[in-house]
Amino acid sequence: MRVLRLPAALAALAIAATACSSDGGDSGGGGEYPRNETLYTTGTAWGPPTSWNPMMRGQYTVGTIGLVYEPLFLFDGETGEYVHWLAESDEWPSENVHEITLREGVTWTDGEPLVADDVVTTLELGKLDGSPYSNVWNYVESVEATDERTVTVTFSENRPQEWMNWAYANPIVPDHIWSELSETDVTDGPNENPVGTGSYVYESHTDDRMVWERNDDWWATEALDLDMDARYIVDIVNASNEVTMGMLNQNEVDLSNNFLPGIDQVLNSNENITSFYDGPPYMKSANTAWLVPNLTREPLDDPDFRQALAHAIDLEQIVEGPYANLVQPASPTGLLPEWDDYIDHELVEDKGFTYSASEAVAILEEAGYLDEDGDGYVETPDGEPISLTLEVPSGWTDWMEAARLIATNAQDVGINIEAQFPDFDLLVDNRNAGEFDLIINNERQLSNTPWTYYDYLFQLPVQEQQSTVNFHRYENEEAWALTEQLAAVPVDDVEGAAEITSQLQEIQLTDLPAIPLWYNGLWAQSTNEYWTNWPSEHEGTPNSPATLWNGWFELGAITTLAEIEPVE
Amino acid sequence: MWRYIGRKLFVYLLTFIVAVTINWMIPRFMPGDPVRSMLSRASVGDPEALERMTNYYNEVFGLDQPLHQQYLSFWSGLFKGDLGISTMLYPQPVLDIILRAVPYTLGLLIPAILLSWIIGNRFGAFAARSKVLDNTVLPVGYILTATPYMWLALLLAWSLGIVAGVFPVAGGYSYSLRPDFSWMFISSLLTHWFLPFLSLFIVALGGWAIGMRNMIIYELEADYANYLQALGAPRRLVRRYAFRNAMLPQITGLAVQLGTIIAGALLTEIVFNYPGLGTLILNSLNSRDFFLLQGIFLFVVVGVLIANFIIDIVYVLIDPRTRVQMTGGSS
Repeated sequence: MRVLRLPAALAALAIAATACSSDGGDSGGGGEYPRNETLYTTGTAWGPPTSWNPMMRGQYTVGTIGLVYEPLFLFDGETGEYVHWLAESDEWPSENVHEITLREGVTWTDGEPLVADDVVTTLELGKLDGSPYSNVWNYVESVEATDERTVTVTFSENRPQEWMNWAYANPIVPDHIWSELSETDVTDGPNENPVGTGSYVYESHTDDRMVWERNDDWWATEALDLDMDARYIVDIVNASNEVTMGMLNQNEVDLSNNFLPGIDQVLNSNENITSFYDGPPYMKSANTAWLVPNLTREPLDDPDFRQALAHAIDLEQIVEGPYANLVQPASPTGLLPEWDDYIDHELVEDKGFTYSASEAVAILEEAGYLDEDGDGYVETPDGEPISLTLEVPSGWTDWMEAARLIATNAQDVGINIEAQFPDFDLLVDNRNAGEFDLIINNERQLSNTPWTYYDYLFQLPVQEQQSTVNFHRYENEEAWALTEQLAAVPVDDVEGAAEITSQLQEIQLTDLPAIPLWYNGLWAQSTNEYWTNWPSEHEGTPNSPATLWNGWFELGAITTLAEIEPVE
Repeated sequence: MWRYIGRKLFVYLLTFIVAVTINWMIPRFMPGDPVRSMLSRASVGDPEALERMTNYYNEVFGLDQPLHQQYLSFWSGLFKGDLGISTMLYPQPVLDIILRAVPYTLGLLIPAILLSWIIGNRFGAFAARSKVLDNTVLPVGYILTATPYMWLALLLAWSLGIVAGVFPVAGGYSYSLRPDFSWMFISSLLTHWFLPFLSLFIVALGGWAIGMRNMIIYELEADYANYLQALGAPRRLVRRYAFRNAMLPQITGLAVQLGTIIAGALLTEIVFNYPGLGTLILNSLNSRDFFLLQGIFLFVVVGVLIANFIIDIVYVLIDPRTRVQMTGGSS
């Protein structure tokens, strides 16, 4: 009897302890989110939700920009068109003036209407030091509210491509709240009570989830006929591939936006779990993974050496091996398939690299890289031995496998490269400080213009800390001048832009400041048990991205949420 | 008796100081800069802003002081219950974050340790010298105790969670619930608790059962057992005496095993994404939040020390020989 009583008491104690611990304080009473009205997502958040501040890029909780704060425009990557969002219409009365008219009847979730001053304040916040878009003031001269709903932006320098990139990638914040915040609160405050114009409002959060509740007064329901069927969105913080896989199989999560090794087998065997394409590569491309050499180090500063390296890498092997055809090899220009119009195909035919070990060896020989001491690896023309490391973050299993293959490929042609897997944060520190030989990087996503990619490749000046672009520290005045010209091309002038990108590609393909590897996928697997009509290649389904990743709501992911339907 | 406790207390205090010091040292001498990585997550591009923010945060976290100063202020903060501010969940205090996770870990550990110990011992004693049980329990026990916690956890998650679909595989309670004191929420807590508990329980169970079985056989060979048997005492009585003697090494074993079990619990939590200290350790490691990390380790160290101390005292209470020793007599 004694034995039985003790466990029972313990169990009761444990229940009481755990029950008391969970703080239900701010959620205002308990209850269950009805399964058929709740969308469960995962794969975007890598840590507990802590900030709802849209100015804290990379730290804000999933959905803060997109679900709460909205931009003036969306950009539809498929058609290459800007979609009016908070803006009702816009025109360019002269080359350096952009006039934007806001929608009528848009209100903030605290009841105030959206006014032109909100846009003015949002742009003015860019003047703060810690603002994520302080560079906008390099070319904007002034911004004015000409009337209640009209904003006039005047440019000191015409960069429509760059400006339109700002206009869809940055959300508008309310003037009546943000103009009164202190500078540190704007750039660094958690903004616990986000007031936006968007389709969802804050419901509750714990360390492992963020819950959004539908905003029933959302303007787009009337204006654009968009209906959010999901009353709640529960975004679950990523734990591990196994956990996500388990939850997908149990239909506990409706959309997963993370790379899952072996997902192709699940997609093929489980009818209920779908992705964009039925067969390889299963998902669309989201960004390009680049092999980034440190151009301040020998022998990586030699274009011939980089050419040899590029020719040595067998991309097919990587795509078929670690990725099991979940990704596609990148174009030698690195531009995403959506930017096909900007690729100079003749030039690529002529100057682009393709895998050929013998070609790589030939280039090395011609440039004077020979194996004189007979250890199987080439030395520099001066006779110095070469020993390079290729670093990718520890735990990124697909990249680790790919890095090993690249190292082997390079060794096959006599370039001594070793793959190493440091901790992610350490790698970021070293990357920004320029203390590495070779890394793989995919910072830049699909956008309205290939300018963002050339900005990534060529931006000058090179600073001590390079935290977002030009990690390879490439210095070429001509290329940067061309990139700035590209920013100045009117947004609808594809041909004009293509002329400049062709010149940029000439430089890029000859000099290879960074080597394009493969297109990372827009990882998205959805279960169809409770929600259906997910984007796919089939007729009658949406074509927009199904993801909650930062920066993708503005590329149409918000409409995906309106398109999905509950299963009856 | 008090001298004994005093001496024990002194040893524990010393262990505590050493543990805290090591605990303070490790994260500080790890490669990588926590403030830098926090800022790089915010992708601050402007080098001037970066410089300013780095200085600001170094001041907030006290990283601009010389090392010995940091060490001293760590101790003084410790006594005030201030373990610093987390960089991962900035600006929440470390203590709050840990207190949120501790009940989950204790809720797993205490039932798993005590139940496996009690049931394992009973079962081991029962199985000893019984041919059928010896031939079945012994091998199974050996396999169980050699099983890594994580592996068994994965196996359970796969079989009972994914294939059978009986139990959920992740989280502390259902993602569809708001925490409150309702039957639905508590039952959700229980179903989420069951698999991690089970995997801890099963692995520990095997070890205790084997230990007890061996001890009982040893005790049954002892002179007093033979003597009792020769006197014609009933089998039950002999066994009861043997059991009480065999308990003593098992209690010591419990003290020794505690660390391993806790480490196992931490791993198990990670497998099930259970919101306890283990998952917290992994998260804080990943984001290089060394204030949180050192706070958690401190909790674990203190927990192990307290548990050991309790076992020490219990030992005194149930083993008359230690009491005799303490009062100066010889055994």
